[in-house]
Amino acid sequence: MQANTLSGGFADPATQSAHAFRSVMEAMARPGTIQDIHGVAPPAPLSPAMGAVLLTLCDTETPVYLAGDMDCEAARAWLAFHTGAPFVGPAHCMFAVGKWDTIAPLEVYPIGTSEYPDRSATLIVECSELAAGATLTGPGIKDQATLSLPELEAFQANRTLFPLGLDFIFTCGERLAALPRSTEVSRSSSEAIAQAGAS
Amino acid sequence: MTDQAYNFAYLDEQTKRMIRRAILKGLAIPGYQVPFASREMPMPYGWGTGGVQVSAAVLTPEDTFKVIDQGADDTTNAVSIRTFFQRTAGVATTTSTSDATVIQTRHRIPEEALSEGQILVYQVPIPEPLRFLEPRESETRKMHSLEEYGLMHVKLYEDISRHGHIATSYAYPVKVEGRYVMDPSPIPKFDNPKLGDMAAIQLFGAGREQRIYALPPYTQVVSLDFEDHPFEASKADHPCGMCGATDSYLDELIIDDAGGRMFVCSDTDYCEARQAAGHKGKDAA
Repeated sequence: MQANTLSGGFADPATQSAHAFRSVMEAMARPGTIQDIHGVAPPAPLSPAMGAVLLTLCDTETPVYLAGDMDCEAARAWLAFHTGAPFVGPAHCMFAVGKWDTIAPLEVYPIGTSEYPDRSATLIVECSELAAGATLTGPGIKDQATLSLPELEAFQANRTLFPLGLDFIFTCGERLAALPRSTEVSRSSSEAIAQAGAS
Repeated sequence: MTDQAYNFAYLDEQTKRMIRRAILKGLAIPGYQVPFASREMPMPYGWGTGGVQVSAAVLTPEDTFKVIDQGADDTTNAVSIRTFFQRTAGVATTTSTSDATVIQTRHRIPEEALSEGQILVYQVPIPEPLRFLEPRESETRKMHSLEEYGLMHVKLYEDISRHGHIATSYAYPVKVEGRYVMDPSPIPKFDNPKLGDMAAIQLFGAGREQRIYALPPYTQVVSLDFEDHPFEASKADHPCGMCGATDSYLDELIIDDAGGRMFVCSDTDYCEARQAAGHKGKDAA
């Protein structure tokens, strides 16, 4: 067991996880906004924001799927010690963790049932940057918002499933943003204009 | 000072995580009732155990907390819940709507418009708008999943056929983002127009019924009605006796045995702020 398996959790779990949750909640309630999240130092390849989200939301009741290179001994041992969450495949997870190219395809994750749409997975995706990008509209957004997304089609397809579907938390270093299933995603207006001009 | 015998904000961390997960799913599916494992709280059901659990899950030590009961900061329920979190979470408390970051409410939305960065937590007795029309949970779930809301319109129509107008005056059903019909908790229908397009996050907690639901900011919320009987936000047709406000929701008070009565704002903070600013109603001393 590595020494850093036992360290890197919240020093003061009650208040630090309360702050971390408020960041996650603000992000989920206001898609496109970028929030800071602190207090956790997980081993690589998990990022600090990813670690904080997992420690705030996961415990023995939440099966977690580690996708791609996130599924390593360091991450498993750290999460097992700090959360006790069981590790499962994508079809049975409540939370999935990974980079976009390893977490896709999205068809395998639970999207909830028509009577219980909340029984769906939340995907925590590590991104190389969080910035302006695609145009977002929907609940939580006044007029419109913007957020860099790894692609558009997957999120547009996810929106058509509403009220079923997946919810996304994008992490990058110590920052995060979120995209609930209710958000409509379209190409940013500057890109759309550029494309219209080209055609 | 925080009461050291309890965890921060009373609930244990695992319970808070479970409530937090439910809140996030509620925000992702506006108006949908997320089941959660409601805990026994040190107060009876019906006193706001759902709202208290939601507040406990969202509070941070830096928050300023306000509690209103039918608009009033000074009723038993409001005072005891405010003191509860003062002791268990060590949060600052206030009666001023604009100073508060988290407002727990029973059956009112403050008159003063809320801003981004504020959270409004509702105490909900019966979260299911269809419950009095269909007692079986298995059936109401199916009705929500199939968007089968005809029964609700029949109920409103029966109001019209019996009374000549829609007589439902509180807990008036709304449709959220064109999808889920939601019970806004027993707020007067006067408050319904404030539900939609609000800058603050709205969270609803029903402790006994074990449901949490939510409205993200700027969500489309429409009160159900008919083309020929449009929704109307009604209030007593008087100015406030204390502050003279004509735009606030009023309580009717009986003041003697001879049928004397006066109307005052139900939102005590709004009324006091107006009086402090020099506004005077006809009954003000």
